[in-house]
Amino acid sequence: MPSDRELLLKSFALRRRMLRLIHHAGAGHTGGGLSCLDILSVLYHRVLSISPESVDSPTRDRYVQSKGHCVEALYTVLADRGYFSDSDLDTVCRYGSRYVGHPTRKVRGIEMNTGALGHGLPICLGMALASKMDADAFRVFTLLGDGELAEGSNWEAAMAAAHHRLDNLTAILDHNTLQITGPTRDVMSNEPLDAKWRAFGWEVRSVSGHDYAALTAALTAPHPGRPLFVIANTVKGKGVSFMENVARWHHGVPSDEELKRALAELEAAEAKCREGNP
Amino acid sequence: MSAPAPSMFSPDARAMAEKLGLKLGRANLEEFADTLQALATVDRSIIAVTSDSRGSGKLAPFGKALPRQLIEVGIAEQNLVGITAGLSACGKKAFGVSPSCFLTARSLEQIKNDLCYSDVPGVLVGISAGVSYGALGSTHHSLHDFAALRAISNITIIAPADNAETREAVRFAAVAAHPVFLRFGKAAMYDVSPACARFEAGRAVTLRDGHDVAFLVNGETVAHALLAAASLAETGIAARVVSIHTVKPLDISTVLAAGRDCRVVITVEEHMVHGGLGDAVACALLTAGIKTVFRSVGIPDEDTVTGSQSDIFRHYGISMEGLAATARELINGRASGG
Repeated sequence: MPSDRELLLKSFALRRRMLRLIHHAGAGHTGGGLSCLDILSVLYHRVLSISPESVDSPTRDRYVQSKGHCVEALYTVLADRGYFSDSDLDTVCRYGSRYVGHPTRKVRGIEMNTGALGHGLPICLGMALASKMDADAFRVFTLLGDGELAEGSNWEAAMAAAHHRLDNLTAILDHNTLQITGPTRDVMSNEPLDAKWRAFGWEVRSVSGHDYAALTAALTAPHPGRPLFVIANTVKGKGVSFMENVARWHHGVPSDEELKRALAELEAAEAKCREGNP
Repeated sequence: MSAPAPSMFSPDARAMAEKLGLKLGRANLEEFADTLQALATVDRSIIAVTSDSRGSGKLAPFGKALPRQLIEVGIAEQNLVGITAGLSACGKKAFGVSPSCFLTARSLEQIKNDLCYSDVPGVLVGISAGVSYGALGSTHHSLHDFAALRAISNITIIAPADNAETREAVRFAAVAAHPVFLRFGKAAMYDVSPACARFEAGRAVTLRDGHDVAFLVNGETVAHALLAAASLAETGIAARVVSIHTVKPLDISTVLAAGRDCRVVITVEEHMVHGGLGDAVACALLTAGIKTVFRSVGIPDEDTVTGSQSDIFRHYGISMEGLAATARELINGRASGG
């Protein structure tokens, strides 16, 4: 299992790869991809009991990316973990490619087709119920966006998950506080998130979504009798100074010049990190 | 005590049914519930998912007998379909059961994406479909479900005519590899299936042969068409009656044969005249270059009249008398635009 430092060093390469993917595809969700990439890294390196060899195992852990628009981050992490070849990433959104601009099961390692918001959590309830019927054979995880929480279906699922005591279910919120129009608090305020989810009967944990140790602890400590809601506080556009906390990068595609600047920034940050403590 | 539901059939129609030796069965919904319970007793992967609908879905006995195989989601149809999809993606054979009016409208996006696009083998059961809820009004009618679901790729749509077709449709759905939608009403149905009929999804069943007029029908309208055919026979008109239980995929060859063999084609369905069986049949006929006298009988595009299911059927000509009159009118060439 990689150390925190190893995950951090890898994160620079993953961010660069994702940005090159989006630039090459000419489409993608840059800001949200950068905000959730560390969460995906922790899931696929430390939390999910799944590997390219076990993608068809009935007892594998299930991950459903409800915020399907950030598929570029997922493709990048899955390619890095060996689910498919890195060169496949050059086909994203291209004519005839199975790498669609939102997750589909045509891609190895992807469980469900998502992209319309508010669908992942109900699906995960079904999966968690199936697991319970099979003696808790696996755990189920989903990733939600904070703008996505305005979809009412999430709250139907929030109620039902606690009712059915689904302690094999975890919903992670990529809490980057920005959506396509601007700050989530201006578009449709969703606070206080912790009190809301607690009131619905969930265990709630709040951590930095870029802190590998804290994320790992929050995602792995048991929560008997209750589903788990992890508020992962993130920065939209994380790692590229001119993309951080800027709404236009929600689905902004970097120009040649912007890509160059972003890659240079990430390379410099990685070099600085490597110079630091081993 | 509520008043007994008015019979779906007029006294003349009941007399005709008696003459034909048709036996009145029970509601297809009841047949569905018993069939599902019998299957689920043997196959423990079969799960019923209900949205406070176990009573209206006749699944209370199922829930008592097999409590671990019934999941209650509350009045939350989007969640019902998402959960059905999630169960189906993890090796369960999930049947999401909810009134068709809510199931196929409020949860349409979940049907489209979670079941059909993701291609998991879940089953949706639209109960009390069409105008089964009668006077409760249009909020409770599902006259859009064939149209809505026909426009979605990767789902088989079945509206069984009687208890036998219901039983077989449920058995088919329980082993289907792709999404299935089953549509049931709650009125007692005459047994119309021939004893030797073999059920196959996508394969229509000819209940009666004739060359003057073809009734291409499904669901709870089938018995009415069969009685109309018998009444037409008394005046020398030979009517073919075909149960097109599967709206999608459509049995094109049986439809085309009706268009070629019969002078008049009439489709009948408990659905809006847009986008359902009638449109599917008309499209198949025109695509094959078959020009025939054609009429699509269903609920017209208007504020639906208030009344029980039988009132509404009668009002819009879905009855032995109404369908026979439509056939005569078309055969005699007096139809406006016919």
